[in-house]
Amino acid sequence: MEFYRSHVLVCGGSPCVAAGCRAVRDEIERSVREQGLDREVRIIETGCLGPCDTGPIVVVYPEGTVYSHVTTGAAREIVSEHLVKGRPVKRLQYAGELPAVSTADEKRTDYFQIQKRIVLDNVGIIDPESIEEYIARDGYLAAGTALTGLRPEDVIDTIKRSGLRGRGGAAFPTGVKLSYTARAEADQKYIICNADEGEPGTFKDRLILEGDPHKVIEGMVIMGYAVGATRGYIYIRGEYYVSIDRIERAINQARWLGLLGTNLFGSGFDFDIEVKKGAGAYVCGEETALIESMEGKRGEPRQKPPYPGTSGLWGKPTVVNNVETIANIPPIILHGADWYRSFGTSTSPGTKVFTLTGNVNNKGLIEVPMGITLREVIYGVGGGIPGGRSFKLAQTGGTAGGCVAEAHLDIPMDYENMQSAGSALGSGALLIIDDSHCIVDVACSLLHFFEHESCGQCTPCREGTARLVQIFGKLREFRASQAELDLAMELARVMQGSSLCALGQSVIVPLGTIMEHFQGEIQAHLHGCCSAGKCPPSGAASASAS
Amino acid sequence: MSDITLTIDGRTVHAAPGTTILEAARSVGIKIPTLCWHEDLGAPSACRVCVVEIAGSRILQPACSYPVSQGITVRTNSPAAREARRMAVELLLAHHPDDCLSCARNLRCELQQLASDLGIREIRFERIERGLPKDESSPSIVRDPEKCINCRRCVEACEKVQGVAALSTVNRGFDSVVMPAYESGLMDVVCVMCGQCTLACPTGAITERDDTARVWAALSDSSKHVVVQTAPAIRASLGEELNLPAGSVVTGKMVAALRRLGFDRVFDTDFTADLTIMEEGHELLQRLTSGGTLPLLTSCSPGWIKFIEHFYPELLPHVSTCKSPQQMFGALAKTYYAEKAGVNPADMFVVSIMPCTAKKFEAQRPEMAASGCPDVDVALTTRELGRMLREAGIDFDNLPEEDFDAPLGISTGAGAIFGATGGVMEAALRTVYEVVTGRELPLESLEFHDVRGLEGVKETSVALNGNCVNVAVAHGLANARKVLDRMQAGRAPWQFVEIMCCPGGCVGGGGQPIGTVMSTRAERAGALYEVDRGMELRSSHRNPGVATLYEEFLDRPLSKRSHELLHTHYTPRR
Repeated sequence: MEFYRSHVLVCGGSPCVAAGCRAVRDEIERSVREQGLDREVRIIETGCLGPCDTGPIVVVYPEGTVYSHVTTGAAREIVSEHLVKGRPVKRLQYAGELPAVSTADEKRTDYFQIQKRIVLDNVGIIDPESIEEYIARDGYLAAGTALTGLRPEDVIDTIKRSGLRGRGGAAFPTGVKLSYTARAEADQKYIICNADEGEPGTFKDRLILEGDPHKVIEGMVIMGYAVGATRGYIYIRGEYYVSIDRIERAINQARWLGLLGTNLFGSGFDFDIEVKKGAGAYVCGEETALIESMEGKRGEPRQKPPYPGTSGLWGKPTVVNNVETIANIPPIILHGADWYRSFGTSTSPGTKVFTLTGNVNNKGLIEVPMGITLREVIYGVGGGIPGGRSFKLAQTGGTAGGCVAEAHLDIPMDYENMQSAGSALGSGALLIIDDSHCIVDVACSLLHFFEHESCGQCTPCREGTARLVQIFGKLREFRASQAELDLAMELARVMQGSSLCALGQSVIVPLGTIMEHFQGEIQAHLHGCCSAGKCPPSGAASASAS
Repeated sequence: MSDITLTIDGRTVHAAPGTTILEAARSVGIKIPTLCWHEDLGAPSACRVCVVEIAGSRILQPACSYPVSQGITVRTNSPAAREARRMAVELLLAHHPDDCLSCARNLRCELQQLASDLGIREIRFERIERGLPKDESSPSIVRDPEKCINCRRCVEACEKVQGVAALSTVNRGFDSVVMPAYESGLMDVVCVMCGQCTLACPTGAITERDDTARVWAALSDSSKHVVVQTAPAIRASLGEELNLPAGSVVTGKMVAALRRLGFDRVFDTDFTADLTIMEEGHELLQRLTSGGTLPLLTSCSPGWIKFIEHFYPELLPHVSTCKSPQQMFGALAKTYYAEKAGVNPADMFVVSIMPCTAKKFEAQRPEMAASGCPDVDVALTTRELGRMLREAGIDFDNLPEEDFDAPLGISTGAGAIFGATGGVMEAALRTVYEVVTGRELPLESLEFHDVRGLEGVKETSVALNGNCVNVAVAHGLANARKVLDRMQAGRAPWQFVEIMCCPGGCVGGGGQPIGTVMSTRAERAGALYEVDRGMELRSSHRNPGVATLYEEFLDRPLSKRSHELLHTHYTPRR
């Protein structure tokens, strides 16, 4: 084994890839070679380090120095100054701190202190392409413990007692879901990992898969053992190139070491995983639409019942769980249900991974204990609203989540409290919007998303989403009437009650909360006034409005 | 077994496990409006018109697919259910043309009926058109995507019942619409023109091509000698176009009505059905004795022919070379009959009344012109004839019963049962048995019940002079696939197989009255078997008109002239 005096971690999360980290990595490698340091310095591409809008991010160990917005020129300077001369380049250093980065420095910002990493504990620390590094951090210990020491019902019992609930949005108790499929009698059962992350502003699953793919594989092995499924599928967005590459590499490594395949850990249990790529339809994140897509059909939700737990993929009992849910399972099995319940709240134990986006200073991937307030996230972890603007609203849980206003900033973020605020934790998207934005413009934007993603199967959603776009489009042009606005809300309520799947049923959630919290601003648009100044009437439209 | 008890609209209902709320409600006479649901095609749960309120359920549920469970309380007309149902219909209407009065399905449209039943008086949304053109590429079927309401019943019929899958939903959301692949015309895809989609469609989005104008024009052209033939199945279904119950036999009134419309001669396709048995029966015997390709597959059904040309062209040598009865009729009308009547074939106009849209395609196949002119000039569906009779104001109920004209109107019971699945097989067995054994079938053995009925694939064996002949009958192309797949797998024990394109055979054809479902198919088939039972002659080889035809014109079955006029060839289309 070789020893290196320095390790350089280059963030290889998709946002950093988009920002040019691959060229930076190549430049560092070239400079290190030119300086003759290649036996002293090791360069590693890691998973996401967190502050996604400041990439490319580079961390130099053992100092734990974080560099942000690194260019190829900066990369050469970091090598010549920091690695050769031992002088960190202050000018290029990241102003904040990263939870994934341990430093000798005791100074801790809120960004660091508020976060608690269970799902992301390896992300940004290990080389995601190395199964050895995962194993070195107790990887596959949970699977080994479960398969050799626990009965399937014990595994399910532990997950039930942990209080883990589905992290994809629906928040269904994971242990209960597993028990349905465990009870079902069938010659074949399946575990599907739902990595079809489609909520705008959500990219947590992608970064979990990129940063710690083996944790997801291990979680699936444990779930398969718990319910008696021998086949697993990871249904992943086709455009998640890095995730697909990492997970496929990880699957091959696990097979190579006998951690996937037959007779795992000598237990007699067989399990293997295959990756299926989706074509990028939001609705395919809905579990039955996902299954239809996997079966080669048009991605459209099925009428339930039957539920996938008893009749899913190819009509067989199937557990479909979100990436983050699955990534919680190895730590729960390893440390126990009580340990897990020590984080978060009594009804919503554990942590939640969020992607913080919009008008906030620190954007990116965070993991915080359930029950923390939105104010702590926005002003603590997020560092507040930039540009001297003030907070207007936060949409939590993705496009299908509710919009919460200033008054709700101190509500603890867990399943129950978010629901009582008319919203949801949902997929973990936190979109912060400041007071420069017009609420009608925001509504139009999210209604357009629903219209675009409606599969077209059921009448209320297919026809209704387009009609809502039409009516709110008129409102933005100051051409809508009160009667039309009332019709829109009647329509949204009917869609909630009679649409086939959650897509059409959910439109009322953001729309209802917008109407509740911003009624004055909406009403003003009926009278030709947009206080944010975002909605100028189009000339032709205003002429024909009267 | 009904061990589930539930409450629907305050009434206690008992139902078996697996029953849907819709079925349970119907069992006690509670009608829940539906639109995308179809009794033969299943419950897509898509239109959300049948939504009902279930106590304790967060959302409304579709009655068509939601299973009953013990103790649930269902309200079919709660305020929320009514609001959702009316909203769904209002949304559909706002995205649908406003031209009911000039629509082919006016007064026969389920959307129109639903809007009327629900009392929709106002559409609060702006009407939006798709702006998609009509597809008039096919000689059989016209698609008007503007009128598509995305119920997908046509997709189900095409894919599941017929195994063709020429139609599917394209695009998504508000732009969703049912189309052939790549938005091609029906003529350019694997569509077999069977028209089952036209029966499945609740609106005017898919209809038969209307050729009545060409017939009206011929009827008013004094230089034309216009003859008409009526397919076996029409006598058992035309009544429904004129408000008679399904299964009414209207042969005599139909003949009278056609005369009232002005046809110069009213003939019967049953005549050439009998002739088909003579030709095809002898083709079978020839193949049996001379080591020909077996099993022999029947060739009466043009949708089936186009299907095998598209999907199993390598099996075409199995298909009988006999033209269908429609085309045999046309070929003889313009040769044999023209000669007898002293009419120039070019001045003769042959109209056929068919239960079938694929017959329109068949009539315009280039090889179907034995006399030098097209054998058949226009093929009308049952529905189009119904339209002509209504337009002409013919008082159908009070018409006298009249007989077909000779010679092409003489027929037997064997010809009549061609219209039901298994009928061609039964007719063939009656003749082949007597030809091979030289013995007359005793009356009690004349009916081959093993090949009757609506089971998808029927098989039986018949002893002929000590030899066992294995036969099979399939109807609906998904069932045809099963037979062909067994042939390809080398697991086909049959010598003779009847295949009809449409479920139930021609009684269930795609040109039959709107509202055709499996139960009406069964009633029409029953009516044809009644017709057969009432005939004096019940075997094709006993048809005196056919005997005279051979004597005067064709010589014998499979003669040179028979081959020229009555046989054809096929076109691989893969």
